[in-house]
Amino acid sequence: MTTATQKLVRPPELSLRFFPVWRRNLLVWRKLAIASVLGNIADPLLYMLALGYGLGSFIGDVGGMPYIAFIGTGMVCQSAMFTASFEGMYSAFSRMHVQRTWEGIINAPIALDDVMFAEWVWAASKAVLSTAAILAVIATLGFGHTWLALWILPLGFLVGLCFGAFGLVMNALAPGYDFFTYFFTLVLTPMLLLSGVYFPVEQMPAWLASVANALPLKHAIDLARPLMMARIPGDIVLHIVVLVAYAVAAYYVALVLTRRRLLK
Amino acid sequence: MPDGGETVAGRDVVLAVRGLRKRYGSLEVVRGLTFEIARGECFGLLGPNGAGKTTTLRCCLGLIDPDGGDITMVGLPVPDAAREARIRVGVVPQMDNLDPDFTVTENLRIYGGYFGIDRATLDARIPKLLEFAGLAGKADAGIRALSGGMKRRLTLARALINDPELLILDEPTTGLDPQARHLIWDGLRQLLSQGKTILLTTHFMDEAERLATRLAVIDHGTLIASDTPQRLLAAHVEPEVVEVYGDEAKTWADMHGRHIAQRLELAGETAFCYAGDAKPLLNDLAQRAGVRYLHRPANLEDLFIKLTGRELRD
Repeated sequence: MTTATQKLVRPPELSLRFFPVWRRNLLVWRKLAIASVLGNIADPLLYMLALGYGLGSFIGDVGGMPYIAFIGTGMVCQSAMFTASFEGMYSAFSRMHVQRTWEGIINAPIALDDVMFAEWVWAASKAVLSTAAILAVIATLGFGHTWLALWILPLGFLVGLCFGAFGLVMNALAPGYDFFTYFFTLVLTPMLLLSGVYFPVEQMPAWLASVANALPLKHAIDLARPLMMARIPGDIVLHIVVLVAYAVAAYYVALVLTRRRLLK
Repeated sequence: MPDGGETVAGRDVVLAVRGLRKRYGSLEVVRGLTFEIARGECFGLLGPNGAGKTTTLRCCLGLIDPDGGDITMVGLPVPDAAREARIRVGVVPQMDNLDPDFTVTENLRIYGGYFGIDRATLDARIPKLLEFAGLAGKADAGIRALSGGMKRRLTLARALINDPELLILDEPTTGLDPQARHLIWDGLRQLLSQGKTILLTTHFMDEAERLATRLAVIDHGTLIASDTPQRLLAAHVEPEVVEVYGDEAKTWADMHGRHIAQRLELAGETAFCYAGDAKPLLNDLAQRAGVRYLHRPANLEDLFIKLTGRELRD
């Protein structure tokens, strides 16, 4: 292996220098916070109301909970997934490529590794913000009145790390915004339909259910649903390990690809 | 020396580049480049597009690893201690990358945060920088409301937020109108008089002529010449130039000009005649009808064209 390649694949360099970059993103978000939160809530809220009350009146309880709570919990995880993916793709691409914000930052005494770590943690932070907003909506509708439901916030962070990293992989490869459509079609939509957001995975044929078991969103939902119903989820360690593994592996790939793209 | 910079020939060197090499695939963009910049100098790196100027700057900042050679910036080895070195360096990039979501003041404050500068120091520094950049009245303006010249001045102010020893500017006035360029030049002269060291890339010869105390002309990744502007001109270009224009210029050049001028170059419909003394040329041209001409002293543009050729670089 050449030294150039060795340098490209070296382990992530972690330091607290990521913080001012993360804070920069937070300060920009704060300027548009209300619009951003409304945007985060509007879509899932509509789905929740329409499907939850509309479809829910036909099907009654699903998985031991009213359908609107069932789909609401799915929406929380879905929203964390979408928010983080969007941040890792469109927003990061704007900052990296369009506005050249990253270029300005790495001219200061901050390394690209710090910028990437900040973007990753920021994507997950935004996932937590939208998780919180939707949890609040669900609580207003009369569900999830349990302290255990608050565990869904750190879960939203973990989902954010996972999909934020996927988004950053796409960002590192993207020639333009259009490229991100592939991720929606090939990753997010199947993830959404197969992970049990709208109906229990157990309804699917065995082979399809085993595909679902490999998807990170499914493991997030398996943790979120019991928590919403004030129960301790089963297989906690397994679910967390799967999510962490996806997150860390994808982040490392994103980091190497981004170094290759920018530091040459 | 307070900052550990090294002394070469009695001078405090802020940036030393020795034998720098950088290759992209089969193309060697920088081929053994060597230069040094002493404290208080304004060093101009000149070269046509694709000569390796920006690659050289990116190597100096430690953003890309050279394939060979040594770089020492503000006394620290690059790339090994590049991040530490950048704490004491300011950068004005070729393309504006101000944060469009922040106001003028916020841009400076946030950028200062990347250097770990505390809020009190920033609050003291920012009004002075805005004053310097002629943006005192724009402190709370959004970036989108600024003109191109204002954005450049803000980018310059931003590069000074850490009170750097060395300021690196990559084509700082490309795309600006003459008024805006003069304002930037005034600012840079002011910084030089305060003892700052400047490394500047440009392909505007008037910019180099006005600012640079020393120049290096590079092409195809190698240094062609390096000295003060005056000495470079004396060494490479005849002191007087007569430019002859018009349909008849080529005919005149072939029939008469070439015999009188020490050196003559044709570019399109213009003949550039170089001479130690332009009188014989002028006497001859005075008798010709239908040719227009301009007599002027040689400048850096003549030097640049002589050293790097007339062909177009894209």
